[in-house]
Amino acid sequence: MTEAKEIFARLSDDDLATCVHCGLCLDACPTFRQTGLETESPRGRIYLMTQWKRGEIPFTEDQARHIDLCLGCRTCEAVCPSGVPYGRIIEAGRSEVERLRRPAPKHWLARTALRQIVAKPRRLRTFGAITRTAQTLGLTSIVSSGRQLPKLRERFQPPPGGIAPAIGARKHRVAFLVGCVMPILYPQSHEAAVRLLQLAGCEVWFPRAERCCGALLAHNGDLEGAERLRDANMQVYRDSNFEALIVDSAGCGSHLKDFYPELKGRVKDLTEWLAEIGLPTPQREVKMRVTYQDACHLAHAQRIRKQPRDLIRAIPGVELVEMRHPDICCGAAGLYSTLEPEMSARILREKLEDVASTRAELIVTANPGCQMQLESGLRAQGSTMRVEHVAELMVRAFLH
Amino acid sequence: MALEKAVIEELRRAVGREHVIDSKNDLRIFERDASIEGAVPDAVVLPANTAEVSSVIRVAAKHRIPIVPRGAGTGLSGGAVTIHGGIALQVTRMRRILEIDPIAQTALVEPGVVNQELSLAAAAHKLFYAPDPSSQKACTIGGNAAENSGGPHCLYYGVTTNHVLGMEVVFADGSVHWVSGDSPDRIGLDLCGVLVGSEGTLCAITKIKVRLLRTPPSVATLLAAFPTIEAASQAVSAVIGSGIVPAALEMMDQVCVGAVEAHYHAGYPTDAGAVLLVEVDGIPESTIELMAAVRAVLSQNQGYAMREAQSPAERDLLWAGRKGAIGALGRIKPNYYLHDGVVPRSKLPQILSAVGEIGIHYKLPVANVFHAGDGNLHPNILFDLRERDVLPQVESAGEEMLRAVVELGGALSGEHGIGLEKSAFMPWVYSADDLDAMQRVKVALDAHGIMNPGKIFPDPKRKHAQLAGRTGLAIEAKWW
Repeated sequence: MTEAKEIFARLSDDDLATCVHCGLCLDACPTFRQTGLETESPRGRIYLMTQWKRGEIPFTEDQARHIDLCLGCRTCEAVCPSGVPYGRIIEAGRSEVERLRRPAPKHWLARTALRQIVAKPRRLRTFGAITRTAQTLGLTSIVSSGRQLPKLRERFQPPPGGIAPAIGARKHRVAFLVGCVMPILYPQSHEAAVRLLQLAGCEVWFPRAERCCGALLAHNGDLEGAERLRDANMQVYRDSNFEALIVDSAGCGSHLKDFYPELKGRVKDLTEWLAEIGLPTPQREVKMRVTYQDACHLAHAQRIRKQPRDLIRAIPGVELVEMRHPDICCGAAGLYSTLEPEMSARILREKLEDVASTRAELIVTANPGCQMQLESGLRAQGSTMRVEHVAELMVRAFLH
Repeated sequence: MALEKAVIEELRRAVGREHVIDSKNDLRIFERDASIEGAVPDAVVLPANTAEVSSVIRVAAKHRIPIVPRGAGTGLSGGAVTIHGGIALQVTRMRRILEIDPIAQTALVEPGVVNQELSLAAAAHKLFYAPDPSSQKACTIGGNAAENSGGPHCLYYGVTTNHVLGMEVVFADGSVHWVSGDSPDRIGLDLCGVLVGSEGTLCAITKIKVRLLRTPPSVATLLAAFPTIEAASQAVSAVIGSGIVPAALEMMDQVCVGAVEAHYHAGYPTDAGAVLLVEVDGIPESTIELMAAVRAVLSQNQGYAMREAQSPAERDLLWAGRKGAIGALGRIKPNYYLHDGVVPRSKLPQILSAVGEIGIHYKLPVANVFHAGDGNLHPNILFDLRERDVLPQVESAGEEMLRAVVELGGALSGEHGIGLEKSAFMPWVYSADDLDAMQRVKVALDAHGIMNPGKIFPDPKRKHAQLAGRTGLAIEAKWW
């Protein structure tokens, strides 16, 4: 039993002990809502990991499934009055599970893909280019995995010289996280985000040697891989002069805030930053009925709910209609929709029902994973509803 | 005692293979609710509808296996703990709101519907479901009905039994019945009244018809600070004594406020000895008038730093803080033990000083958060199971507090139920004849005693409600 204790060393006793077993988290958990099972709830998972660590319950692959089925959405963390650091617990727990379990092809493949492709900019670019060509040639079935990728456009390119100047007087100097998959999957989100920053008087710097932030790796239990990326990125950020590092993908923003202590206070979600510094007066009306899907890593991990809504409401002509549960996960959760397609689809189905009840024409969100998941769900239903990043919607009010 | 394979197969046939859990390791995860008790069930079964509940109970009846209904497992008296093993009948898959009738102002729901989901759905018709336990984000209507749960707003609106019009239930032989119905008058024998609050010892609940109320047009919420908890208790007595019955009247002491503020940042004053949260509702004219009266009484009783919520968001935040208070105590110590005794409101100052003294005597921190308006205490004894030999101390302190409640003319429980934790104390308040009368009802409905055995009625084999020595906790204590 001592062996088990050592093996679960990454899991902190004190973190686990903050859970008082009150159960307030249960109905906030998408997998509990689907199954009604304590074993698929945050309280149950914490209890399981605690017993594992104590050596009271032997580690089995069957029970490791309960950890796999966690989306890592951290909704539980936001509702927990006791302040249980669930995000930290589940990442540590996952990393231990990955170490202990018999290697399964699915998990090996996920880890290898993350380390060898997502974390390597050049390979990822090639992958993107191949996919785009395949889509153009109608060969998508070969490269699409569990969910359908969006139709790829020309990859996002930072301006020559790596600086986008402020429009009007320069008030701020910010760095911008281009990231790994975002420039390939959703270049239009980045373009809109950068445009908004420029309009708000920011000079935007794109650090050339910046790599993937490591979020996808860490959320998947590969903490070592994530640490290597952090070290590489800190070489770039350290000694550089910028007020804030702006992130327009919620998963990355949350990871940078938790995992890069040296950047403390300087990592800002795009909406958080724009709400703070203000934007010029919008120039035109955008007549649209929209609903807002909270990205889990924005609403729960970063506790940012108000800013995006305020920014959306400030666009003249936009009508924001709330769903009943805008802050419940859509089932995307990084690689989850690929690794756990069945549960992901169940969660997505409920989300789309909630979305449909708003009769909005557009779903606005702030994370590429959510966008992809919602788009693929809507496409499968043959719905005409579209999905956009909050920056895309906002920038329309400033286009000529 | 593991169930025989043949029994498990029968259960699987009743609800479907994937809805029966019998893996030894997984069952461990179901050993507790939100109380401190623990015992591993022999199987967890998740039926999807009334027919399946009935089939499961028939299997249990045939083999004389205990049946313990379980909602979200947020109960605070060990009601869902399978102390004699058997089947945990978890109703969380039955979570459909079957009907909301805005004209009759009623809703028909399955037992696994979460309390807050019902109010969210009713809000579309400008209606709400009044009983609002602090765990309303997670607890189920079925669990609420079984425990006759209360909540902050039950001071004015009444507890769960005042809002249940009728129920569909399954008795110990698997038979399905409706008790009472659509009208607030319960004609014939009031079986619904007997079954609400029976803590799973008489039946499993499969459908509940509840009353919904019109959302009040105007609500005012006031936060007031007091130098000491005694002053705050005095103020509570004064408010009620002046003839005002607020919608809610809640108290938190300094320990609680500190923990709550750390998570919610709701603006609770952390330097006050205690705070009161007072809410009044009705038509705008009357709320203004009532709130002015409340303010006057509070300031005559040392109330200061009074602040009225200026927006619904601010009100929600104040309430979130109050309702998250017990969970927030995890910031101080990882374990809590609480009783929910009730005293006559005039006795609040006395009982609170007794509770304080007991805490000091046992060197255990106590955090008070409670429904002051109806004298319903929640003294939370805070501790850390990793500390050696702390448990017997906690237990004795809890028992002494409850004893003090009873000596002041109070009751054992206001809303959490008797469950496992208080069954041993039932003879303090009921004579042998009283208990016998209850027992006769029990036997009439459940001759073989398979429905949630070991709850409510004192167990002659266990003199004291000893916490240690029971499965879950013993293991926990050993490891730490």
